[in-house]
Amino acid sequence: MTGGSELAVRVSDVTSVAQDIKRFRLEPVAGPLPTFSAGSHIVVSMFASDRRIRNPYSLMGVGGASAYEISVLRTANSRGGSIFMHEHVTKGTELIISQPVNLFPINHTGRKHILIAGGIGITPFITMAHQLKALDQPFQLHYAARSQERSAYAQQLKDLYGDRVFLYRDNEGHSIPLEALLKNQPLGTHLYVCGPEGMINGVLKTGLAAGWPKESLHAERFLAPPSGKPFTVRLVRSGLTVRVDEHQSILEAVEAVGVNAPYLCRGGACGQCETAVVACDGQIVHNDNYLDPDVQKSGAAIMICVSRLNGSELALNL
Amino acid sequence: MLVSGIKSRPKYATLEPDPFAIFNLVLVEGEGAGAAARLLESADHQFRTRTTVLYSGSGQAADCLSSFQIHRMQFLPTIETLLIRLDGFLTTATMGIRLYVAGTEGFIGQVIQHAERFAVDHKSIITEHCGSLARRIQCVHCKGITENVTTNVARCGHCGVNLLIRDHYSRRFAAFMGVSTDAEAPGVLPPIQEMFR
Repeated sequence: MTGGSELAVRVSDVTSVAQDIKRFRLEPVAGPLPTFSAGSHIVVSMFASDRRIRNPYSLMGVGGASAYEISVLRTANSRGGSIFMHEHVTKGTELIISQPVNLFPINHTGRKHILIAGGIGITPFITMAHQLKALDQPFQLHYAARSQERSAYAQQLKDLYGDRVFLYRDNEGHSIPLEALLKNQPLGTHLYVCGPEGMINGVLKTGLAAGWPKESLHAERFLAPPSGKPFTVRLVRSGLTVRVDEHQSILEAVEAVGVNAPYLCRGGACGQCETAVVACDGQIVHNDNYLDPDVQKSGAAIMICVSRLNGSELALNL
Repeated sequence: MLVSGIKSRPKYATLEPDPFAIFNLVLVEGEGAGAAARLLESADHQFRTRTTVLYSGSGQAADCLSSFQIHRMQFLPTIETLLIRLDGFLTTATMGIRLYVAGTEGFIGQVIQHAERFAVDHKSIITEHCGSLARRIQCVHCKGITENVTTNVARCGHCGVNLLIRDHYSRRFAAFMGVSTDAEAPGVLPPIQEMFR
């Protein structure tokens, strides 16, 4: 892997913080943990009976070295990572995590910051709000969730930041008044959104339609690798041939045979796992948010963390 | 000599309308008028009614802009006064504003420098280089700015040091860096050539 060596941590506390959401406190097995900036995430490795599951989670809490905190939403139709965290990870469980990586940093040249969270997408903003308050930077946090029971940390955030926090609950008929919010913001404002894919796309689209430059619109997406038909990957440099199963990503399949391909986010956002395609006998299904549409169309490269082949064999420069 | 391949050396594109911008501010110097005219030509009526042009340069060069029905056209006597007017717009601007700049490199650089002071991301500013390639230079020794440098080696207009003009660019100073070229052997200069006409 890239981004430095892996870190061993032990779960020291598990707390239920909302419906289907648990907070995990991770303490280092040896030595202090690296400090991190607001917006950072780690990739947690879980050792299920048949495979190693790796999921990215935003770091909460305050940059400290003694422990990390993450919150995990239990999602029924996912590939098993969140269910593993909820059902098998308890106080005392040891996990392997990556070094913190920040693909969602605060733009400190900004003069005002608008944070928009949907559901579990609140997690990166807990540290961001703390940091912005400490820097005395103007900010607003708009936090939408399905119901009060699912609004993790809503009360704490309200207590800490008062009228800078706006809460919306779908079941009470509230929604973020995006168009009104994005209109007439002063020059130098930055917007950050984290939540479900549909919400992110909606917010970014509304931002552009309100005349915001794309440089001022920031999103954190953790795409789970979509499933698809199985296929074979031929690794030209390693001389290996690997089968990619229905619910597996190419990255997971090559890791399973011992090939250390570069990665950072495992969610199609960072660009680290971009791999050159040598040959391909089908259609590449690009699921990432990184490659230029032109490159995607040409089929010259693939992001192996989330994209797949609709065909039988893909030859990669790995 | 020039040390090329330096990443800070700015690149410019062509002016293209952003149809979503609520307010377009087009900053034009001299021969940049041609680029601004092409921008307005390619845009629709809606875009033009949301567009203000600030122009500094000869009246003749601006003739090509006179036929467009835009929100407002202002002539400023110098770049300095244009930049002061720009600051006035940016003080009250909202996120829906888009900046377009056309002119010499020194002019584009100064507009970006002013906009960055208002926390505008430089990548969101649409630029097109027109006219002279003459450079605005900061002497790294005395920090003085010398305008309109066209040769690979030039005397600093402030401290008189012979400067090698590099591709190394500072957005904060809106200038290329000039570094003493004869510190070890005073007066021994490389062949002087006109490079940035």
